[in-house]
Amino acid sequence: MQDWNLGIGEGADAVVNFVLDHFTPALDAIAAGIGFVTDGIRAALTGVPMLAAVAVIALLALWRVGWKFAVFAVAALLLIGGMGLWERMMETLSLVLAATAIAIVIGVPLGIAMARSNGVQLVARPALDLMQTMPAFVYLIPAAMFFGLGAVPGTIATVIFAMPPVVRLTNLGIRQVHHEFIEAGEAFGCTPMQLLLKVQIPNALPSIMAGINQTIMLSLSMVVIASMIGAGGLGNTVLTGIQRLDVGTGFEGGLAVVVLAVLLDRITQSFGQKRAPSGLRALFARRNGEAAAQPVKA
Amino acid sequence: METATQTTGEDAPAPVKIALRNVFKVFGDRPEAAIRMVHEGRGKEEIHAATGCTLGVKDASFDIRAGEIFVIMGLSGSGKSTLLRLINRLIEPSAGEILVDGQDITRMSKRELIALRRRDMSMVFQSFALLPNRTVLDNAAFGLEVAGVGEQERREKARAALQAVGLGAYVESRPDQLSGGMKQRVGLARALASEPTVLLMDEAFSALDPLIRAEMQDELLRLQAEHSRTIVFVSHDLDEAMRIGDRIAIMQHGEVVQVGTPDEIVSSPANDYVRSFFRNVDVTQVFRAGDIARESQVTLIERRGLAVPAALERMRQHDRDIAIVVGRDKTYHGMVSADSLARAARSGAEDPYRRAILAEVEPIAADETLSDVMGKVAESPHPVPVVDADRRYVGAISKSTLLRTLDRSGN
Repeated sequence: MQDWNLGIGEGADAVVNFVLDHFTPALDAIAAGIGFVTDGIRAALTGVPMLAAVAVIALLALWRVGWKFAVFAVAALLLIGGMGLWERMMETLSLVLAATAIAIVIGVPLGIAMARSNGVQLVARPALDLMQTMPAFVYLIPAAMFFGLGAVPGTIATVIFAMPPVVRLTNLGIRQVHHEFIEAGEAFGCTPMQLLLKVQIPNALPSIMAGINQTIMLSLSMVVIASMIGAGGLGNTVLTGIQRLDVGTGFEGGLAVVVLAVLLDRITQSFGQKRAPSGLRALFARRNGEAAAQPVKA
Repeated sequence: METATQTTGEDAPAPVKIALRNVFKVFGDRPEAAIRMVHEGRGKEEIHAATGCTLGVKDASFDIRAGEIFVIMGLSGSGKSTLLRLINRLIEPSAGEILVDGQDITRMSKRELIALRRRDMSMVFQSFALLPNRTVLDNAAFGLEVAGVGEQERREKARAALQAVGLGAYVESRPDQLSGGMKQRVGLARALASEPTVLLMDEAFSALDPLIRAEMQDELLRLQAEHSRTIVFVSHDLDEAMRIGDRIAIMQHGEVVQVGTPDEIVSSPANDYVRSFFRNVDVTQVFRAGDIARESQVTLIERRGLAVPAALERMRQHDRDIAIVVGRDKTYHGMVSADSLARAARSGAEDPYRRAILAEVEPIAADETLSDVMGKVAESPHPVPVVDADRRYVGAISKSTLLRTLDRSGN
């Protein structure tokens, strides 16, 4: 059978070359902007002494989830430290946080725009499908060509892969706000912006938080791949293990990724739940063991 | 109308607050064509066939006077909620004029409309529509907050409104901690807090138990006596309309067929449909099974692990010999009697409900006319269950319900 060649590959090539030839200053500006975010977060996180960071995360776990989980968090973090992967883990965390921050800044407004306009939804949907399913290596190469090696293209590739859930769930959350709430808002004289801020977003918040949680999880799963273009972090450890056929190193890196994933998942999920126990009072109640046995009332 | 706004005498009618002039609402893509066909005298079905449009409200014209409780009444699907929403333009009218204080709101810009809703109108909803993320106080202050009133002032006013409906002690509660009646009091307080001149109430008390409903009606009358507002109240309940309405508009298939005081409507009903509410000539032709079916029977939701003794106890408590078995989504499964249920339980069958269902009981469709179902109800030893087109349980018709309906026809 004869193969056809429609020249789509050549077209993509030409587009990449055209962008490289004509938009280098713009690309550099984007790289500088993203670099500023990632470097800032990385510097802040790696600057914190390990024990202080463990204490902060443990307190967060205690406040949001419960004392059992706090114990687990301390053990898990000490395990990572014990494997000598603390520094790498913090790099990964900073990459995840930077990518998530950018994904939220772009994704939530995009989700809102999709919810308000069927036209935007029509265009954005296939784009999101593409972002989620296009094999990461395909855009990793042009990303490296545009932005060089390092954390910046890693962050961009991570944003592309991890942003769709927050967009989709923001869109869904706002579309699913009960019609009666919208009517009530309008009947009392809300402007479209007031309706969005006072009625739609508060009611869609659990869904939006679920989207953010998924975005964090997906960006964590992207770190190994992003390390191939020099993003650093735990992905490097895994990559080293693969390259040297060193099962032990690879396993340690992988285990650290999983542990970090569990911590991030539980803590971010707790922010999406309605009326989690809040404030210092709950914290002390938990410390005294009073509330420890009580289920969290959703 | 011009003259009406000047009258203030004792016996003279109050000034007109809201006036509707030839108002139409057409749902569909070709409202102009549909309205033209209405003027040509075509029927609803014909218009739907030709244009694909549905007539929500057809050529409504009437006045609502300042300070009166004006009830819009009709069976479900008669367009009464649509008509109410045209008055604050939650639904855009397709044609006609709607004058509030002499100003045509159909010509208002978005901004003027928002100002009108904040200043002059508020609304109470059947499902309460309280925002779940806010406290009772912040819910009551919602209209003022949206209008840009400062925090101190709006909290004071909201607190006063809550006090007025008897909820002063619940300001920090969340809506989901309140009962239905209390929720609707919050809904009422939210509507009153901004001191509007017009209150639109959409089946506001229909979701409440009969006792609470009467209590809320009294509350509304008390509030109205203290501080007179123009209230437009949508209801499908004749007793409610008669009880609270100064005047009543009766709607049928999107058309306002009669407007008048309760007395006027009772003494000279405009047509058979109106008469059917009071002393119908032939109630059996006007009402359908779904209209008179009541949900007064015990319903058992069929699920695993539901114990027969508990079901029997509930039937005993409600003094019923029979119960309706429904699925979680209210689909009708069948009718059981206390006897058949006890027998099935004693036989030790794994699914006592299936076993206990009375084979001879056939449900009737909600859209059958009473004349068609009278025989079945008369012959059946039990109340006859009624299901809608999706086989969902609507209610049941007992002999006494049927007799009472027939009795309302008078002679």
